[in-house]
Amino acid sequence: MLHADAERMAIPIVITLNGRQERLNVAPWVTLLDLLRGPMELPGTKKGCDHGQCGACTVLIDGQRVNSCLKLAVTLDGAEITTIEGLGQPGNLHALQQAFVDHDAYQCGYCTPGQICSAAGLMNEGHAHSREEIRELMSGNLCRCGAYTNIADAIEQVMGQRSGKSYKEAAE
Amino acid sequence: MKQFSYIRAEDVAGAVAALSADPQARLLAGGTNLVDLMKYDVMSPATVIDINRLPLKDIETLEDGSLRIGALVSNAALAYDPTVIDRFPLLASALLAGASPQLRNAATTGGNLLQRTRCYYFYDPSSPCNKREPGSGCGAIGGVNRIHAILGTSASCIATHPSDMCVALAALDAVVEVEGPDGRRDIPFLDFHRLPGDEPQYDNTLAPDEMVVAIRLHPDHFAANHSYLKIRDRLSYAFALVSVAAAIDMKDGAIVDIRVALGGVAHKPWRNPLAEAECAGKPADEATFRQLAQRLLAGAQGQGGNDFKIPMAERTIIRALTQAASGTPQVQSEKAIR
Repeated sequence: MLHADAERMAIPIVITLNGRQERLNVAPWVTLLDLLRGPMELPGTKKGCDHGQCGACTVLIDGQRVNSCLKLAVTLDGAEITTIEGLGQPGNLHALQQAFVDHDAYQCGYCTPGQICSAAGLMNEGHAHSREEIRELMSGNLCRCGAYTNIADAIEQVMGQRSGKSYKEAAE
Repeated sequence: MKQFSYIRAEDVAGAVAALSADPQARLLAGGTNLVDLMKYDVMSPATVIDINRLPLKDIETLEDGSLRIGALVSNAALAYDPTVIDRFPLLASALLAGASPQLRNAATTGGNLLQRTRCYYFYDPSSPCNKREPGSGCGAIGGVNRIHAILGTSASCIATHPSDMCVALAALDAVVEVEGPDGRRDIPFLDFHRLPGDEPQYDNTLAPDEMVVAIRLHPDHFAANHSYLKIRDRLSYAFALVSVAAAIDMKDGAIVDIRVALGGVAHKPWRNPLAEAECAGKPADEATFRQLAQRLLAGAQGQGGNDFKIPMAERTIIRALTQAASGTPQVQSEKAIR
């Protein structure tokens, strides 16, 4: 893409990114993922397949988990976007981030930001009521290291804390 | 991705006007299929019309009891809508069998109808494909065709329609409401998608200047006995090798009305209403289901790599109908077939 074309065709949008309002001019063909990792300098969101198949690029748009690789940024005028950087920071981790550490829920870590954003979306949605349902509703996030068991453990732990009792009790 | 100009439509009339002005333009809703295809240069529209602001996001019950689903209702919103769960559980189940939660949050009802095939050759611009480039040939015929069609194929194309939602909508005899420059018209669901014939570039019967605005479902009688059973290579987040939407209206163990639609086996959701009608009055048992399965699969033809789909489809139809008859529909989070 020629830089001049991108500037000429850029369209103004306003988004709230991790709580901060951003006024941007974006070329129509720029995905949210590329906007985040490039101009926004938020490389926590990962590019895995870039085709909506792996879930590594999962972020929250208006509280809902979405594959940022398949969202054109220009369509998001007015949206509120939360990335892994907005969920928590070193010293002030989100409960899910801490639980992933506690349960060793990763090896290489590349899918982890997407896994955690997806798990946050899962909890917002409120449709998972058993480990089986957590597994089904996390199936959009692949982990090639195969840390699935520990990922499910981490999410189960946080969901159990949220309901004020152990998750196994909550399920019974 | 190739560059394109971007139009943000504010209402249906504006979107239709933009589309009429340039029928080669493409409408963008959730983007889960179109943006992907644009990244592969399989589709390269010069103009993209963003319809995400259009007021087509409601699910409403009409006076006659029909359900009207706006074209921009997300797959997730539809799957978890209390009315849909209560009155059209077959549709809710089919939706949850498809894609991933992230994709269902973005994908829309209208977009699900219009998604393109997942044929590997269609996705690969260096391969011949009559659907992508009419007249270039078909790489799948005589090629790698494990996921391809066994019914309604042509010498030009053996692609399948990848949707789960559409299989349920076919079984439920939904109506597609479309709008063009001359106003609105209804397309019965079974007439919406088409068989490839010698023009596989057309997936459906929508005119180039028309857009889907809503889906309507008739007041139902299939909430009790239904099942959506999807057979795939892994137990979640994979396209169907074979899927079956089954619905039965029964009285004293006898069939009053029965519906079976198949996914993953043809260029459109596959039904045989005549064979279904012949089941009326027969017992809802395995013998009847087997007979119906064989009628549905009459003329099925393997392409080499997908021969297994023919016996698999027969077994899946019988299993799904058995689940439906016993009132124990497949639950999509369960990792075993009931």
